[in-house]
Amino acid sequence: MEPLKQIDGIVAPLDRANVDTDAIIPKQFLKSIKRTGFGPNLFDEWRYLDHGEPGQDHSQRPLNPDFVLNQPRYEGASILLARRNFGCGSSREHAPWALFDYGFRVVIAPSFADIFFNNCTKNGILPVVLPEETVQKLFEETAAEPGYRLTVDLPSQTVTTPSGEGFGFDIDAFRRHALLNGLDEIGLTLEHADEIRAYEARRAREAPWLFTRSGA
Amino acid sequence: MAGRTLYDKLWDAHVVRENEDGTALLYIDRQLVHEVTSPQAFEGLRMAGRRPWRTDANLAVADHNVPTTDRRGGIADPVSRLQVDTLDENCAAYGITEFAMNDPRQGIVHVIGPEQGATQPGMTVVCGDSHTSTHGALGALAFGIGTSEVEHALATQTLIQAKSRRMLVEVNGTLPPGVTAKDIVLHVIGRIGTAGGTGYAIEFGGDTIRSLSVEGRMTVCNMSIEAGARCGMVAVDDATIEYMRGRPFAPQGDLWDQAVAYWRTLHTDPDAEFDRVVTIDAADIRPQVSWGTSPEMVAPVDGRVPDPAEEADETRREGIARALAYMGLEAGMPIGDIRPDKIFIGSCTNSRIEDLRAAADVVRGHRVADGITLAMVVPGSGLVKQQAEAEGLDRVFVEAGFEWREPGCSMCLAMNADRLEPGERCAATSNRNFEGRQGQGGRTHLVSPAMAAAAAIAGRFTDVRSL
Ligand code: SF4
Repeated sequence: MEPLKQIDGIVAPLDRANVDTDAIIPKQFLKSIKRTGFGPNLFDEWRYLDHGEPGQDHSQRPLNPDFVLNQPRYEGASILLARRNFGCGSSREHAPWALFDYGFRVVIAPSFADIFFNNCTKNGILPVVLPEETVQKLFEETAAEPGYRLTVDLPSQTVTTPSGEGFGFDIDAFRRHALLNGLDEIGLTLEHADEIRAYEARRAREAPWLFTRSGA
Repeated sequence: MAGRTLYDKLWDAHVVRENEDGTALLYIDRQLVHEVTSPQAFEGLRMAGRRPWRTDANLAVADHNVPTTDRRGGIADPVSRLQVDTLDENCAAYGITEFAMNDPRQGIVHVIGPEQGATQPGMTVVCGDSHTSTHGALGALAFGIGTSEVEHALATQTLIQAKSRRMLVEVNGTLPPGVTAKDIVLHVIGRIGTAGGTGYAIEFGGDTIRSLSVEGRMTVCNMSIEAGARCGMVAVDDATIEYMRGRPFAPQGDLWDQAVAYWRTLHTDPDAEFDRVVTIDAADIRPQVSWGTSPEMVAPVDGRVPDPAEEADETRREGIARALAYMGLEAGMPIGDIRPDKIFIGSCTNSRIEDLRAAADVVRGHRVADGITLAMVVPGSGLVKQQAEAEGLDRVFVEAGFEWREPGCSMCLAMNADRLEPGERCAATSNRNFEGRQGQGGRTHLVSPAMAAAAAIAGRFTDVRSL
């Protein structure tokens, strides 16, 4: 996982509550054997005017001009500004994979669905919870100013606006450590590799048959 | 120290470290790998430049997507083929043992694990599939995981887990004739509900459970997840040890003796306590048929479909009405008036040799009824198929009008070509009757192998004892 310390990026505002994982990445794209390449199908049903299927050349599909990500002023956005209960629905990890593949590194919302929140931090995306009024203010500022950017700083746990106004946010120490160091859960577990080896050595004495495989 | 339950013993033996937040890093002895939930896990390993921690702890097989008709020519559907090819490539790249599609040992992952002796008493067993609970029948701690966890287990041989609460489902007494392990577990789910086991590890105990064969215990543990529990288990006894003896992956020589001595400790201590106990009298269980779109929607074969009007609770009333509409059934109709179009005998719940024997015993000397458009038997593995053929069961089925197929998941979830058409009704020995599970618009009735066979012969659900 890429370390995430500070993101200074263009903000794309997605002004809907309860955006579910099916909207983030529709289910016809889940048969893939990869965890990359979902970016072109992020928000597929909103982003394109036709019905998307895997294997299409997405660059040839008719874009929905009204959808926020299709507006030139939000091109290259790495921060998604969203509303309440973002990421509800299934536990599929394809949703954060799609956001990441598109280029988002931070999602700011007043609240997130639980599993999605976890899945984000497992996959290099920082979910930032800010109070409803603050999010509203950021929506207004984004709308008013083309090219609007925010600086999200994980070490100091702050979001800073172009005018220098700062908002603090909370994140638990475990997830913060993982994101800052680019450690996914596997990386964190591997910090205990010695303990795993010690367990194996002890267990191999107690139950040696578990470590000597017969058969194929 | 107070006594420990079987679950406590299995848990304690696998804790590598306790984390500050109350979770534990749990060592994984065996991971079973299949083609649907593993590709992204392998890709993740590759992207991070990691390798499996212990290749010999893994065993792979393709089962969900494989065709059940002649497959020497390969798989026609490109999406299915890609998943199976990807599994082959990943196993080759990392040196993981795989039973390839045309290997006689190929089969449903939860059938081949025990069959090979690759899943053993006392092990922690995981697989990217919720029916991993099956392996708990051997006295193992076995549970399903997601793709991230598949990768985590591959890379570290551990998982971060929170301990569950303990539930005992105790079944005592003599089973009435014609009542099988499948009827026990459907009855249990009907009683405690599909969320009844949420947050619990279930141990199935009592003299009725102990009297079941190990294969029957697998059927029961298989459906723990349908009761909401990630794992179900049965204590080790003589039957478990006899089952393990001589299997290809089972310990041999001195190691066998050492293993058996340890396995004999894998039971709940008499003074151990459970957080919840459910007691069931075996004499109350009758052959079960599910009528709705959730495994808790079951009735005895001589019972009736419920009438939503008689349900006081509004949410439940609506649930029943919606299920009946989807299933195309009338409130209050006798279960015996329901006529299936198709019969599916297979799946990790009921495709082992004893299941096929039980179905063949009912079928022998009869013909599939005229109204049945397709009756199929899909053995759980190539070895089950061979054994059945050696016993002549294939001929019993074929002469009666059944199709005899190659092993795999098949119409349990319709990822391959075997599926129901909209509105079609199926008597199935599988484990899920969700909307669309066996094909969009398909209607599934969960039953035991003997009951599925009886429905094939009678053309409607009928008490297997009346044939
Ligand atoms: S047989 Fe059905 S339930 Fe069992 S592993 Fe296959 S798809 Fe899953």
